[in-house]
Amino acid sequence: MIMDNTPSSTPVSKGHALVQQLKMQWDRIANNRKVFPIVLVVGFILSILVPRFGLVNEYVQLIIIYIGINIILTTSLNLINGYMGEFSVGHAGFMAVGAYVSAIFTTKLLPENLLAAFFPLVVLAGGIGAALVGLLVSVPSFKTRGDYLAIVTLAFNMIVKSVIENIEAIGGPRGIPGIAKLTTLPWTFFWTVLAILVIRNFVYSNYGRGVQSIREDEIASDLMGVNTNKVKLLAFTLSSFFAGVAGALFAHVLQFISPKVFDILKSTDVLIMVYLGGIGSITGSILGATAYTVLLEVLRPFGMWRMVLMPLMLVLLMIFRPRGIMGMSEFRWLIPGFDLYAIKYWRRKKEVSSGTPTS
Amino acid sequence: MSNGAYLSIQDLSVSYGNIKAVKNISFDVMEGEIVTLIGANGAGKSSTLRAISGMLPYTGHIMFKGASLAKIPADKIVGMGIAQVPEGRGIFGSLTVLENLKLATWQRKDKAEVAKDYERVFAIFPRLEERKVQLGGTLSGGEQQMLAVGRALMSRGQMVLLDEPSMGLSPVLVREIFRVIKEINASGTTVLLVEQNANMALRTAQRGYVLETGTIAFSGTGDELLHDTRVREAYLGG
Repeated sequence: MIMDNTPSSTPVSKGHALVQQLKMQWDRIANNRKVFPIVLVVGFILSILVPRFGLVNEYVQLIIIYIGINIILTTSLNLINGYMGEFSVGHAGFMAVGAYVSAIFTTKLLPENLLAAFFPLVVLAGGIGAALVGLLVSVPSFKTRGDYLAIVTLAFNMIVKSVIENIEAIGGPRGIPGIAKLTTLPWTFFWTVLAILVIRNFVYSNYGRGVQSIREDEIASDLMGVNTNKVKLLAFTLSSFFAGVAGALFAHVLQFISPKVFDILKSTDVLIMVYLGGIGSITGSILGATAYTVLLEVLRPFGMWRMVLMPLMLVLLMIFRPRGIMGMSEFRWLIPGFDLYAIKYWRRKKEVSSGTPTS
Repeated sequence: MSNGAYLSIQDLSVSYGNIKAVKNISFDVMEGEIVTLIGANGAGKSSTLRAISGMLPYTGHIMFKGASLAKIPADKIVGMGIAQVPEGRGIFGSLTVLENLKLATWQRKDKAEVAKDYERVFAIFPRLEERKVQLGGTLSGGEQQMLAVGRALMSRGQMVLLDEPSMGLSPVLVREIFRVIKEINASGTTVLLVEQNANMALRTAQRGYVLETGTIAFSGTGDELLHDTRVREAYLGG
């Protein structure tokens, strides 16, 4: 779970000097605890300044908002697929619930002059709506595992889509047009940071260890006295809550939602980002979501070839880094205090035993 | 129903579909004892343990300290004081040794006692303290077995069910594990031991039961069984 990023002391040929340089730079970013508060403060200030003074153009701002939304989706799905070791393929279903609940609030229920003020609550409502549905989906997970649970989540995604398609009051297959553009850069930043922090703290809590023990060996975890049903219920609810939040933000930046937006392909997108970044890693989810979103935009000029190049790059990545960018490892500044102590202890021990192999 | 036994098993049957793995067995474990169930593969030893831990549906009665364990979910049974060391150890490979131990205290609220129990486990297994921030999956087989027993102690098992602790270990480590089993028994833990290594198990246990295809074939004290010709022929190589 924790990767020690100590640069190796083996002599390296001159050709690799640049790589070594980059690696050291990477390690410095990965291991410096000060990075975390700096990212928070600078990010928040930038998220306010950028749209106000138009520091980058609207298009780039839009991409940044999509990156934020994708980070929320990826991190929340990683909780189920990475940390708990299940295979959920219906994340877009939860997203759809969040998007529709929030869009109903802003287009039908709330007066127009209050929209901006109530937006955080609307997003929260979207998240809660999705969390309630997630609660329902967690029930089959008590009995079903692995591939079979994957089919359950797949079916759930389809059910959500066809239910929405058949309710005329929310536009049926035509969807909801004319949603106000309420998702701003600061709000996206806020919800992204919230999602990352909440999921990180959950993963490193006692419950989080319970979640990971289910991935490792569910029978053993039952025998240790872990209430696995409760853990699964919590994990699914939390994961779907943030999927709903992402859906709400998504609806209010796209300004138009229809059931078609939330089909299996959308779920697949999130899955790709999770596995691109690496399972069981929050850092990985952040990097994976960012890389995927940016790459899709960078490759846009290639037109039709984009959908050839993108999968090709994914295949190559999986060959050379089979566990994704950060599989099962973490930037150290994303790990709370206790585990940091563990790394220090481990390193001290290594020095004491002066490099003799252990175990 | 209670007959003073710590753990009392009456007419226990366990089935997998049409196949009956355990057929109406009854036995008792008294407080402070080491009792062993020995038998060949498929005799129903592990199924019996899993039934006690609430991992398998069964018919019959299982009473712990006079209370029935029927319909109680596995995690609650752990809370009542029965800890099982599963077959194949069930170490959480990507969690550290410390995290593995901590998971076993999942239900416990008594923080001060938990701290004492860490010390107790590390006193019994100094090896685990040396390796406490190492990932469980990187431990050797013997260390993993120690960790599995350590976890059972951390969950405050007053009764520990051990499922083949000697599996895959070298003779030296087997002796070490059995020494520890005696040690935790001496400190007041009741032990129910399932083993293939009949020789070691019978030397360690006060009483033993021999299972054959789901029924109890013989029973007696460890010494009696060890010197019983039928047991010797079948399990101890004559």
